[in-house]
Amino acid sequence: MATQARQRRSAPQAPPAESAQSAAVESDAVQNASADRDGQLREFYRDMVLVRRFEERAARAYTEALVGGYCHLNLGEEAAVVGLMAALNPTDYLFTNYREHGYALMRGIDQNRVMAELYGRVDGVSKGWGGSMHMFDVTHRLLGGYGIVGGQLPLATGAALAIDYRDGDEVVMCTLGDGTTAIGAFHESLNIAALWNLPIVFVIINNGLGMGTTVAKSSAEPDLYKRAAAYRMESARVDGFDPVAVHDAAAKAVAAARGGQPYLLEVVTERLRGHSVVDPAKYRSAAEVERLKHEDPIQLFGAKLTANGILDPDMIAAIEKEVAGLVTAAADFAAGSPHPEVATLFDYTYATPVPNDSRRLPGEPLFEPLPLPETAAAAAGVNP
Amino acid sequence: MTIMTYRQALHDTLRAEMLRDDSVFLLGEEIGVFEGSYKITAGLLKEFGEKRVRDTPIAEEGFAGAAIGAAMLGLRPVVEMMTINFSMLALDQIINHAAKIYGMFGGQASVPLVIRTPGGGGQQLGATHSQNIELFYAFVPGMKVVAPSNPADAKALLIAAIRDNDPVLFLENLALYNTKGEVPDDDTPAEIGRAAVTRPGKDLTLIGYSRMAHVAAEVAASLAESDGLDIEVVDLRSLRPLDRETIIASVRKTHAAVVLEDDWLTYGIGAEVAASISDGAFDYLDAPVRRVAMAEVPMPYSKPLETAALPSRDDVITAIRQTLAAVGHRTAEPLALGVPQS
Repeated sequence: MATQARQRRSAPQAPPAESAQSAAVESDAVQNASADRDGQLREFYRDMVLVRRFEERAARAYTEALVGGYCHLNLGEEAAVVGLMAALNPTDYLFTNYREHGYALMRGIDQNRVMAELYGRVDGVSKGWGGSMHMFDVTHRLLGGYGIVGGQLPLATGAALAIDYRDGDEVVMCTLGDGTTAIGAFHESLNIAALWNLPIVFVIINNGLGMGTTVAKSSAEPDLYKRAAAYRMESARVDGFDPVAVHDAAAKAVAAARGGQPYLLEVVTERLRGHSVVDPAKYRSAAEVERLKHEDPIQLFGAKLTANGILDPDMIAAIEKEVAGLVTAAADFAAGSPHPEVATLFDYTYATPVPNDSRRLPGEPLFEPLPLPETAAAAAGVNP
Repeated sequence: MTIMTYRQALHDTLRAEMLRDDSVFLLGEEIGVFEGSYKITAGLLKEFGEKRVRDTPIAEEGFAGAAIGAAMLGLRPVVEMMTINFSMLALDQIINHAAKIYGMFGGQASVPLVIRTPGGGGQQLGATHSQNIELFYAFVPGMKVVAPSNPADAKALLIAAIRDNDPVLFLENLALYNTKGEVPDDDTPAEIGRAAVTRPGKDLTLIGYSRMAHVAAEVAASLAESDGLDIEVVDLRSLRPLDRETIIASVRKTHAAVVLEDDWLTYGIGAEVAASISDGAFDYLDAPVRRVAMAEVPMPYSKPLETAALPSRDDVITAIRQTLAAVGHRTAEPLALGVPQS
């Protein structure tokens, strides 16, 4: 398994010849571009740390019973999340699954509102109606985390159809897990997207496991990106521990989609913990557990940036401090946000109000009972 | 008023709504080049082009979901499911997504979607093509389900469904497509969630929807002629929301009810209607509520077996006579109820 995983993802790249390049070239424009690029790389690192610390805080809140339901974390997928989201314009749309907190943050949604949703409070992105699995923010064009595996694929395809219908230039990105490539909706959606030349990028986040089932056990074609060939769709695989590689691959995919060519991108990554917070992942071998201790996208990327002089320990400490402040503030905000009022229970059944919509709490009669005859009522009253 | 078939009313309404609103478009299997399995969409591809009349691959989950996604971005897709049986391939998208998206995300996105689909039976199509599973959708909060029984309602409810911002399952019926009736020329939408008393009466309330509301009207007219009975007919028109007020007002007046349905009896739509009557009109009833529904078997191909399994006019008349006999028995002999006397 460990060997397979290493084969899936390319080894960390050697540092680029950054110092040689900057020494050789003196022009201001290039220096500015280089500074911009360094800034972007630091931003990537900072965002990955934000996702990491947010998820760790979410796990803690879950164990403290402040968060209910299921809670699936992006731990290990930070580079994938950050690289993918950086490739989208603010007007592009994202559909994702239930492992989504990091995506919500990277779409630019306030971490306070993301945490408040985990806590089920009114200030949550979905007003406390969705929870961990169902975050939605129309302003930031996160059109949903979805709890049913693969449920988002036909929807995302339809969003792309709507863009095409209106001759818009937005793109839809739809992320899914490796296990999702086995369901019918995956194939129906890829077929429809390809037939109709829709502006959509399907992104497989391949962390090697669908809950506890390996890709090798669930997919007859374990090179998942190759499934696009059945629909004559362009596809690629990228190292999901390298946010720059993910960003560049996603940017290429997004550009193709914007031109009416749907695209399938496979991002190979790792899930550093169980399927959800409560899963101890006992199905993993001792060797794999040991391997994962040395596989951390944040450490790898941080080491690479440090080796290139883009980051230093002081900067890392400052980032950690800033992020810790944000995450603590988010938890405080969530804890202080009110629960939704029970009086709002029936507010979101229908968008268009309709007569005879049932608004009864459990046990309430459909009709007011008729008054009992006097004698019977008296008898009922004295009945011990 | 113009006299036309149920099929023509659907066709003309789709066309008029597409002319009125550019965001209305159609998608489904064989609706364009083939002009629809039941020809509801005949001529529309030629008039509106492929963008607005979109033939899909055989992928019910995929195209139903695509319609939902397009609706989330504000388009008004009208999906044709070739028959309601095939909609089961899209249950996840319809029930887990279309019906949930508005509530699950705190009201941030609505799904203005119509799924048109015929139920039926009686066409010797066998077990998988003769079901009436509208209950699956009517069971789910967030869905709206309408079931017109005549051409005028087909028009008014389809207009309402297309202009509504929620997912609406629009139930048609194979046996109704060729039926004729008067259709108003204006485009006033019906109100989803309202039943109609299509025939006033005082002796018994006959309740139905879709094809069985049509049967109810015929039976009531025939019994008025043959027996001088004054039967009130309630056409449910909307299965979710269910207009219990209209049902109860009628039964409180007539004191007896027979419920007609083309689905299976156990857990069926009629069970909900009967339970509602028990809640709202228990003290007014002079006889138990009777239900007339399809026999609980996988529908056979054999014609005599199929005919026996489907509720017929004679089955309805028998149920009415037995119910009225019970009413006469009870009103004539109150002591026979076995109520202990104080």
